[in-house]
Amino acid sequence: MSRTVLTVDDSRTMRDMLHMALTDAGFRVLQAVDGVHGLEMLETDDAPDVIITDINMPRLDGFGFIEGVRQDARHRATPILVLTTESDSAKKNRAREAGATGWIVKPFNPEKLVEAVRRVAA
Amino acid sequence: MEAIKATFFQECEELLADLEAGLLALEGGDTDPETVNAVFRAVHSVKGGAGAFGLEQLVRFAHVFETTLDHLRARELEQTAHVLKVMLRAADLLADLVRAAQSQGHVDDARCQALADELVALSGDRPAESAPDAASGADDFLDDDFGFKPLQVAFAEPGADVGDDLAGDEPGLTDWVIKFRPLATLYLKANDPALVLRELERLGALEVGLEQADLPLLDDLDPEGAYLAWTLNLRTSASEADIREAFEFVDGDCDLEVVAVANPFADEPEETPAAFPASSDVELDVMALIQRAQAEVASSDGVEISEPAAVAAIAPASPAPAPAATPAVKAADPAVKAADPAAAAPVTTTIRVDLDRVDRLINLVGELVINQAMLSQRVIEAGLVRSSNVALGLDDLEQLTREIQDSVMAIRAQPVKSVFQRMPRLIREIAAATGKQVRLVTEGEGTEVDKTVIERLTDPITHMIRNAIDHGLEKPADRVAAGKPAEGVVKLSAFHRSGRIVIEITDDGAGIDRQRVRDKAVEKGLIAPEAVLTDEETDNLLFMPGFSTASAISDISGRGVGMDVVKRSVQGLGGRITIASRPGEGSTFTLSLPLTLAVLDGMVVTVDGHTLVAPLTAVIETLQPKAATVRSLGPSGMVVAVRDAFVPLIDIGATLGFRSTPIDPCSGVALLVENDVGGHAALLVDAIQGQRQVVIKSLESNYQQVDGIAAATILGDGRVALILDVDAIIANRRPETASGAAPAPAPEPTPPLLATAS
Repeated sequence: MSRTVLTVDDSRTMRDMLHMALTDAGFRVLQAVDGVHGLEMLETDDAPDVIITDINMPRLDGFGFIEGVRQDARHRATPILVLTTESDSAKKNRAREAGATGWIVKPFNPEKLVEAVRRVAA
Repeated sequence: MEAIKATFFQECEELLADLEAGLLALEGGDTDPETVNAVFRAVHSVKGGAGAFGLEQLVRFAHVFETTLDHLRARELEQTAHVLKVMLRAADLLADLVRAAQSQGHVDDARCQALADELVALSGDRPAESAPDAASGADDFLDDDFGFKPLQVAFAEPGADVGDDLAGDEPGLTDWVIKFRPLATLYLKANDPALVLRELERLGALEVGLEQADLPLLDDLDPEGAYLAWTLNLRTSASEADIREAFEFVDGDCDLEVVAVANPFADEPEETPAAFPASSDVELDVMALIQRAQAEVASSDGVEISEPAAVAAIAPASPAPAPAATPAVKAADPAVKAADPAAAAPVTTTIRVDLDRVDRLINLVGELVINQAMLSQRVIEAGLVRSSNVALGLDDLEQLTREIQDSVMAIRAQPVKSVFQRMPRLIREIAAATGKQVRLVTEGEGTEVDKTVIERLTDPITHMIRNAIDHGLEKPADRVAAGKPAEGVVKLSAFHRSGRIVIEITDDGAGIDRQRVRDKAVEKGLIAPEAVLTDEETDNLLFMPGFSTASAISDISGRGVGMDVVKRSVQGLGGRITIASRPGEGSTFTLSLPLTLAVLDGMVVTVDGHTLVAPLTAVIETLQPKAATVRSLGPSGMVVAVRDAFVPLIDIGATLGFRSTPIDPCSGVALLVENDVGGHAALLVDAIQGQRQVVIKSLESNYQQVDGIAAATILGDGRVALILDVDAIIANRRPETASGAAPAPAPEPTPPLLATAS
């Protein structure tokens, strides 16, 4: 059974890149365009094994999204990777405080991305 | 990847538009934090995508820009007019960089650096001079060091590549003892110690020892507590930094100790773990514990404990003793997975369609319209009565065809916003170059018009705006002296009027200096010195080829492209351009264009045996000239009285060269037409066939431009008919009667065989 990854990013480019890299690596990919949409997607039965989220998004940002996920008993133990840039060490910490499992540094290449996903999902 | 890159550039266009719109809103006094956020996100997304494609120059500049915006967002930077001006210029540069990246071009580094310095200076906290020393310091990019390359640093920790302390020699293996004690917070973030151990295992030979001494009795066990710890022996050539990197995600959520065993004869790693219980024992103990726990849970209704969170807390215990087996199984897993692209797409109400497809559809609908017209004609030829079922069915078909056509045209219709959006930047540039202060006001951005028209609107509008600022607006000092505010206003508005789109460019400058225009025209020999011109005619001199009022050719509007070119390109679109000017108050240039270049409602007429089409929008009424109402004027001119006024009567057949002598006005029909100058004329034709919607076929692309003819079409019977350019016909005639000069080129004789040749 292929593992499912939910990607939450407002940038179409980024969503496409994540989609390509993850499907190439054999993952099934769900996509959400912002935090609110991401939480809506988690309401369905199709629960992801890993979540990858951006920080800067309209409506609900990555921090809020992560907190929302962690408040949901069904998804408390779902690993969440945050997309971040190096300069965001403060953001990295804030994301961790919100409950992020790990992070992916942008720009990423497909290997690095898949590596990070495997690192948090057995 | 290329497809994603295309998406990126497409997205960039949208982001840049959002960026500019946001900044302009801020400039206009918008204080909504969400506006700043949106602006920040736009730059951030551009940077993110650019990073993915290795567009370094773009990333570097976007980063500096983003940092400044972040300060603005955090309210560390005050939102002053100056700040926003710099940011708007930064947005322009960002757009240039995106475009350069798209076309493999390059933007001058010095320009980036200069603006980057300005941005950094805004934040003020780090002066640009300190950049070089600071660059080596902290963990992140240095905002002010523009030469810094931020790419591809990725996972490496600072110091990671510093010579591997103990494992300096190539085959040199070092033994490490790692103590790893997860805290409860580690589990709360969905981290899994087993996965960390798996990472470590990839570095070298790993032995895992579990410390379970802290594990309480079941009654005291907090399902979300952390009780286990591991002592690990790792033999690897990796550096300490590499080892610590495996713990990157759990850093801060565990107690970690990494110590190199600098013992040259510690060849037997078995020695070290002796201090801890052997792993097999641990396995037994833990499994027993878990079994007991599960049994109790099952028997005591402890529903909460069976929640996923509880599993997360307990789970680490089980894989720990045998981490070696886990990765082997799991690693193969993703590779064999079949891609399942049935990912739920984000819910959107729009789709993106390749423009070619839409164009193809529009062409096909055009053919459908022609075909339907032909069919109607055949039915009439077959002598079927109007009330026959076939004819009635055809009526329905005609109705349907028209609706399809409207709907299809609506697909390609776009708001003029995309053109208007480019203007603020233009204004900034021209204002900066001329030293004038200009404010742009736009209206009616949502007005929709066919995409093919939009694409060709940019140049005329750009030129007219240049003109308005360069020639129209006065210098700030002159404005103040004239009692006006120093800042000039250029207003750009769009609206629909009677089936056309009208675009007005109004400035509040000095207006047209008619005396100067006139002197210039006389000097250039465009008009006779004694010619008597109305104000309107004087203004229209601006559109004559070779006319330029600027005494010194400025680099803004004096680029060899005169208003005559603008006029011609507007006419090429089937549009008209007019000027209204009030001395001291400013000028208004009005463009009037058809909404689409694909179809036209036309009045089909016969002239000397040829079928011609007059655009219905130009026709006000038709009338039958009576001998009593027609007067001769000069050798060949004629006027006809329409109610209380005389309008010129133009014989189309003679004008287009179908016949050498005008027909008797009383034997034909006159179409009373109006051009945008407000001028009326009566076009004399032999007979009217009727009104019909025709599909426009370009004459230029199939043959060449013909004066007096706007385009061609294919009629229901398959014949080609020419579409009249009413404005050109009136214009060609006007100057002759008005000034005696002949500024417009003499109409090329239209070969009568043209109708069949094209």
